[in-house]
Amino acid sequence: MSEDEREPPYLYPDYVGTRLRAPAKPLVHLPDGFHDFPAPLFPRPIGKLDHDLTRQHGGEPIGERIIVTGRVLDSDGRPLRKTIVEVWQANAAGRYLDQDDQHPAPLDPNFSGAGRCLTDDDGRYRFITIKPGAYPWKNHRNAWRPAHIHFSLFGSEFRSRLVTQMYFSGDPLMPRDPILQSIPDQAGRERLVSRFDPETTVPEWALAYQWDIVLRGRAATPFEHEP
Amino acid sequence: MSGPLTPSQTVGPFFGVGLPYEKGEQVVAPGSAGVIRIEGQVLDGNGDPVPDALLEIWQPATGFGRARTDSEGAFSFWTTKPGAMPAPDGRVQAPHLNVTVFARGLLRHLVTRMYFPNEPDANATDPVLNLVEPARRETLIATNSGGVLHFDVRLQGEGETVFFAI
Repeated sequence: MSEDEREPPYLYPDYVGTRLRAPAKPLVHLPDGFHDFPAPLFPRPIGKLDHDLTRQHGGEPIGERIIVTGRVLDSDGRPLRKTIVEVWQANAAGRYLDQDDQHPAPLDPNFSGAGRCLTDDDGRYRFITIKPGAYPWKNHRNAWRPAHIHFSLFGSEFRSRLVTQMYFSGDPLMPRDPILQSIPDQAGRERLVSRFDPETTVPEWALAYQWDIVLRGRAATPFEHEP
Repeated sequence: MSGPLTPSQTVGPFFGVGLPYEKGEQVVAPGSAGVIRIEGQVLDGNGDPVPDALLEIWQPATGFGRARTDSEGAFSFWTTKPGAMPAPDGRVQAPHLNVTVFARGLLRHLVTRMYFPNEPDANATDPVLNLVEPARRETLIATNSGGVLHFDVRLQGEGETVFFAI
């Protein structure tokens, strides 16, 4: 399968939102090189605690505290260092802090549900958060999104840009979710599922989940050669 | 480990808590020398506004901007006009902005370009515009209305914006 065939299509009618938003005309292919330029310096500062979604308010959020960590790699397996990772998610009850979220589940005054961090020299990111709840949506009758965390990444260049979602192993809603199922092959879908990691789990404190992310493009920039 | 790429998923409708940030639409500050304002609307296949889209503009020499659409599907940016730049094959590309579009209902983001209306000669020889069928090129060229550049993104249907594979 080509890279392109591993990605979800723009039009996936089971996901109703695609029907009026997917381009009807084919994308225009450019020769190599026209989109080869480096990712920008991201202009948004990152605070010391921005990776910890459980410490953004006066009290602790309700829910199951978890550690979510993994490495960001290029397709040659090289770590992407100092690259920004942005996340956002629903709270433990399955409700987003968003005025358009109409799900009648409680908001948590101690949980906003957004974080960001830079990867370290090993390409590793690490967030502390609350396991998000599943929530209903109006795509079809009795539709529920599996628990997920949204990720946004830049990587090293324009072509590396990725927005995706991370799921949790064993969630029975995954086979019924048209957003996840839009990915054509099972191996591709599995690449969005984190695994429970007993090694990283902190005793008496938090379960840990591991999830690696592979972006297009090369990691090597003039100042990032492997030793 | 090397391996297959991590697939894309939609940004969904609730990215507002995570992605937009204050002054994200200001690649350069309003009032700066040479600043231009860009306004536009994102529209779906029925011509209805898309109120839950996020746009990013990437200018290799200048910076990066990010703005979400409002309830009318409208967005705006402040930036400066880039210069002409070399193409990979040595030809010259007309000044343009690289634009990415994310939205609920887009399982992958879209990539397009905004060209400038006051560059008819450079646009006529631009190697990318020349790959686009002539009738669709105007979807990539902003219009000037009273000093503001107007650039709509039509995701589907009549006047559909040209999007590029990357």
